[in-house]
Amino acid sequence: MKPPVLTIESGKKPRLATAALCGCFGCHMSLLDIDERILKLVDMVEFDRTPLTDIKTVGECEIGLIEGGVANTENVEVLRDFRRHCKILVAVGACAVNGGVPAMRNQFDVQDCLEEVYLNGIGVVDPQIPDDPEIPLLLDKVHPIHEVVHIDYFLPGCPPSADTLWTFLNELIEGKEISFPYSLIHYD
Amino acid sequence: MSATVTFLLDGKAIPFQDGDTVMDAALRAGEYIPHLCHNPEFTPHGSCRVCIVEVNGRHYSACTLPAAENMNVDNSSEAIMAKRRSLLQMLFVEGNHICPACEKSGACQLQAVAYYTRMLSPHFPHFFPRRSIDATHPDIIFYHNRCILCGLCERASRDVDGKNVFTISGRGMNSRVIFNSDSGKLGDSELSISDRAASICPVGAILPKSKGYQVPIGQRLYDTRPISLVGDSNIRRNDKT
Repeated sequence: MKPPVLTIESGKKPRLATAALCGCFGCHMSLLDIDERILKLVDMVEFDRTPLTDIKTVGECEIGLIEGGVANTENVEVLRDFRRHCKILVAVGACAVNGGVPAMRNQFDVQDCLEEVYLNGIGVVDPQIPDDPEIPLLLDKVHPIHEVVHIDYFLPGCPPSADTLWTFLNELIEGKEISFPYSLIHYD
Repeated sequence: MSATVTFLLDGKAIPFQDGDTVMDAALRAGEYIPHLCHNPEFTPHGSCRVCIVEVNGRHYSACTLPAAENMNVDNSSEAIMAKRRSLLQMLFVEGNHICPACEKSGACQLQAVAYYTRMLSPHFPHFFPRRSIDATHPDIIFYHNRCILCGLCERASRDVDGKNVFTISGRGMNSRVIFNSDSGKLGDSELSISDRAASICPVGAILPKSKGYQVPIGQRLYDTRPISLVGDSNIRRNDKT
């Protein structure tokens, strides 16, 4: 199945939203690594919810970029919200694509992880497992985002390079088929 | 002298000798057929299936298919590449391949073949199997998480080193490499760092200790050029860093 092509009303700029789930924010940093091209990006798209604008709720968007995997209940909620509001949803980076480094905790029971970090870890003061109702519950495993919602495009890399993100956004917005040269495909 | 016999690989005539497989003849002619469990030093295994090719509407593994005159082999159509991608995606989700946290990254054949086939996502749900690490050997570490059960360590240890350190045990999802020692630990086996088996692993399952991340990103085997040009990471080469 071919991934969808972006259709935009003439004279309108596509709206772009981004979110970081269980990741390290490195993919967002990589987006900033496009350097002065960010001025062109501002001309190309209208930013919606993203840490760059600090807008907290996602509106109707053409493009949603998701960094990070799904590790807790809030990640599920944000991801589903993005899927409902974004015509094209993109998995950005290793954690979104396959769980990445956080998925290494899938080798252990979540209870063992909590006890190691909050009760038995080195240097822990006042040991207790946080249970405030405002803290999202951890899932038993960290999941790639395509296991929770349908994903239209995948950009692997830890992080995907600035050139990968820039190439992707340009080709997508120009309605071209996405194609990366060899040097832009890597998993680390 | 008898006339050269050939078969067609993507329309190109490839000469072959009696007893050659399609893979043997292609490699000798400098043509790349993606593969993981194959290494020309050893008897073909035919297990990873990544060398899948199509001949007369049927699929074969090139490493076990005897070459025959005038055979017409499809090695690089989009349909074949899509099948290879699916096979690779299954290999990725079946284990725990966290490339950013793997010392083999950049010189890993699983990764390199996936790049070559333009695999951008794992597509399937991940199994996240729970597998152990054996770090009991002073010079070598074994990560079951990254093992693709290609059997190269088993063949190298048996056929070159004469030690039979490795074999594959169990069935289906429980298949795993086991070590030949009374304790079952790698450290109690006869494996030595200079053994062929210690350097044959195409992925990051068998690694030398104290050597991780020595080659900087950008200079690793597959950083700038594809495996079809660079070749396998586990062939004997003099310029290997």
